[in-house]
Amino acid sequence: MRGLDISLYVVRRLAQAVPLIFVVILLNFFLIHAAPGDPIDFLVGSMDASPEYIEDLRREFGLDQPLGTQLWAYLTRMAHFDLGYSLRYRQSVLDLILSRMPATLLLMVTALVASSAVGILLGVIAAQRPYSATDQTSTFLALAGYSMPVFWLGQLVLIVFSLHLGWFPTQGMYSLRAPAEGWGRIVDVLHHLALPAFTYSLYHLALIFRLTRIKMQETLSLDFIVTARAKGASEGRVVYGHALRNAILPVVTVIGMNFGFMLAGSVLTETVFAWPGMGRLLYEAIQARDYPVLMGLFTVLSLMVIAANVVTDLIYAVIDPRVVYR
Amino acid sequence: MAEPLLSVENLVTHIFTDHGVVKAVDGVSLTIAPGEAVALVGESGSGKSMTAQSLMRLPRPPARILSGSVRFEGRDLLTLSEREMRAIRGGRMGMIFQDPSTYLNPLMRVGDQIAEAVMLHRKMRRAAARAEALEAMRLVRIPAPETVMDYYPHQLSGGMRQRILIAMVVTSRPSLMIADEPTTALDVTVQAQIMRLLAGLRTELGSALLLITHDLGLVAEFCDRVYVMYGGRIVETGTAEDIFYAPRHPYTRALMRSTLGPERRVERFEAIEGNPPNLARLPPGCSFNPRCPERLARCAHDAPPLFASASGVASRCWLAEGGSDERAA
Amino acid sequence: MSMVDLPLAPRPVSALRIFARNRSAALAGLVLAALLLVALAAPLLAPYAPGAIGVGPAMVGPDAAHLFGTDELGRDVLSRVLYGLRISLLVGFGAAGIATALGIVMGGIAGFSGGLVDDLLMRVTEVFQVIPRFFLAVVLVAFFGASIWNIIGAIAILSWPDIARLVRAEFLTLRTRQFVDAARVAGAPAGVLIFGEILPNALAPVVVNGTLMVGQAMLLEAGLSYLGLGDPSQVSLGLILQEAQQIMRRAWWTTAFPGIAIFLAVLSLNVVGDGLNDVLNPRSRER
Repeated sequence: MRGLDISLYVVRRLAQAVPLIFVVILLNFFLIHAAPGDPIDFLVGSMDASPEYIEDLRREFGLDQPLGTQLWAYLTRMAHFDLGYSLRYRQSVLDLILSRMPATLLLMVTALVASSAVGILLGVIAAQRPYSATDQTSTFLALAGYSMPVFWLGQLVLIVFSLHLGWFPTQGMYSLRAPAEGWGRIVDVLHHLALPAFTYSLYHLALIFRLTRIKMQETLSLDFIVTARAKGASEGRVVYGHALRNAILPVVTVIGMNFGFMLAGSVLTETVFAWPGMGRLLYEAIQARDYPVLMGLFTVLSLMVIAANVVTDLIYAVIDPRVVYR
Repeated sequence: MAEPLLSVENLVTHIFTDHGVVKAVDGVSLTIAPGEAVALVGESGSGKSMTAQSLMRLPRPPARILSGSVRFEGRDLLTLSEREMRAIRGGRMGMIFQDPSTYLNPLMRVGDQIAEAVMLHRKMRRAAARAEALEAMRLVRIPAPETVMDYYPHQLSGGMRQRILIAMVVTSRPSLMIADEPTTALDVTVQAQIMRLLAGLRTELGSALLLITHDLGLVAEFCDRVYVMYGGRIVETGTAEDIFYAPRHPYTRALMRSTLGPERRVERFEAIEGNPPNLARLPPGCSFNPRCPERLARCAHDAPPLFASASGVASRCWLAEGGSDERAA
Repeated sequence: MSMVDLPLAPRPVSALRIFARNRSAALAGLVLAALLLVALAAPLLAPYAPGAIGVGPAMVGPDAAHLFGTDELGRDVLSRVLYGLRISLLVGFGAAGIATALGIVMGGIAGFSGGLVDDLLMRVTEVFQVIPRFFLAVVLVAFFGASIWNIIGAIAILSWPDIARLVRAEFLTLRTRQFVDAARVAGAPAGVLIFGEILPNALAPVVVNGTLMVGQAMLLEAGLSYLGLGDPSQVSLGLILQEAQQIMRRAWWTTAFPGIAIFLAVLSLNVVGDGLNDVLNPRSRER
């Protein structure tokens, strides 16, 4: 019965995401028309487009038609996952973005796993010794961590570890001389990944640490913790066996809710290290005023955030037996 | 008299807060014989819960046990190592809490929570521990325990949750069960069931029971002896019968009027004039004197000791001096 | 009060701790005030004009003539940081101010009127919570042009829903309180009720969040500038950092000093915000 409930819940939760996707697309359409200048400029997105190409696009998007027809044309394209074409890259925007996505995901997932593991561990340790010197110091460092621009942190990391110490490559994802496949390739990518992942996790660590510490302190003051102690459980058992799981729930939620914020951090980090992901693409699109790519990225990134929210809810539902599948 | 199961001498537990030192437990002494049912009675804020927690050495900073001794089965618990103490907690001494909805881990199946209690004290595999848990659940009369075992706390009623907490305690067949307001959070009908269950288990397991409560009705029905607590101290003690028929401390009498009178079941002792004392700033002299209807002049500056009487009741009140029973009319 | 005799673990807030926190908040307040003063007095303090080229040799490290060194065009980094701080703070306070005002009005309307208006407004803020704000800011500024006012406007548009939700929540709890009833019975019109009775009580969390928002806005602007969406005529710290990206390999001071400036400003804002939270919202003191 519960299995069926869960699948229904998943379906319902996905259905709730649909209006949001619709809003994102509407927002794109609205911006194209509200921005100063001819909408066609934003649809072409390149200086050296031929007049025929421009005319074609004008017709395709129905720019001489009433607004309602234009909207319909736009929605139809979106329904076919048609995010437009980049003249600069001579490639469809969707293909372009999808080709850059793995690099971004590699960076994000690596950093997210590393920062969550370390952040949660440190948060738990700090929560166990509230208001000790360790706690106060780490709390201040965490506050400092998210008071700086992540790209500046990246610049500092780059100067120290790459330029000064020479331990890591300065940019990109591969060396030209590295083997193209096998272990050599993997090692090469990891070598390039180290600094951007380190920068980004350091930044993200601050958030997870602070959150875990607060939630853990709250949880450790709850009644069922007293029960666990009164049962004869050791401090380790109390903290890791009882409190941690309860404290983690809100942390999971906040990580999920901050996915957009995290993507922004990832994009800025990529730019510092010329990591060939979606962030780098965004930077290039801004420099070249390649508006179709810009809008395509906005759409895809928004969809990722919406998806992350759904996934967070589902994870929550799995961890917390109290969630009612309504 | 036989060696008592538990004997507490001059226990002092204070809480160090921003607003001063809260003298929650301030020189409490009490004894419990094997198999005996003893009540610790008082208003909220009298220090009775902190006393109970101190017996198990549960208080954590900013609360601290400062001095005294807690002799239990021949050992002073306050001198044991943390490791030895853990073997006592949930082993020889078990504690049942007041609100079963907050005292159970919401993310753990109740069967596992009971099995955990088993495994903490006996080297046992999970399957065997779960079998023990099932046994304990039968002992506390949980219907269909095989099914209920895999429930989460939120799927159970308040009474059932309290039975789970009790099951956790009885797995180790403790020689002392401490029940801290075990029925306060429950419906009146369920209250009676739980109390009868506790009384039954007591005879079945041969455990002693320390019942912490504000409900004198429960005391009359289930307990042999009574300690009345006020302002972090024991102000009167005696057999349940003596306390009921011949209470000498004005505070005990006020308690009786408020819970056994027509407004019985009033949740708090609103019938007693004034507020419970601020444990961080107790008045000089007898701590009850500002609220006492029978106050003498000396009560405001001389703190009375515990006066024993021939009947066995001991009272911390000047009126009880010399064992006489005369009062200023 | 519950029937528990005494809370087992009363909030572990020692007097020392509050004192220490307030002291660090006071210190952060001083730093912030100093930064504001320096930014305001930039024209008096800066040894050179921020854009003046060749006031010294190109790319020399910090020395007596140029305390923060010079960049590749021989511009004085100290002067650029002072003026950049001015612009960054302007964006921060400007965007947070507009967002707060907008949030108070919208949240107040929603919380006070309830019903359909409230529903509608809450749906809007929910959308804002899901859409990745930084990227929407990127698109907005890219489409409407990278002027300082567009940047401030974009950040404000993205930030007001937080304040609105907060104000609405406060309104919902406050509007049923007795003093509001009393005023209502006395025949006070809605406007008087909102601004005279409810708002002053809802102000504490708004002030705290507004303070934290200033720092967030500064970081957001820096991120936009770094991606090439800064206003080239109004050089902010973010824009200086972006320019430094090309030359920092050989001149670390071009990125270190502007970065420290923005870091100090945002950090002091965050600490002050936390301190205000301690003082104004005692119920969430443990945070």
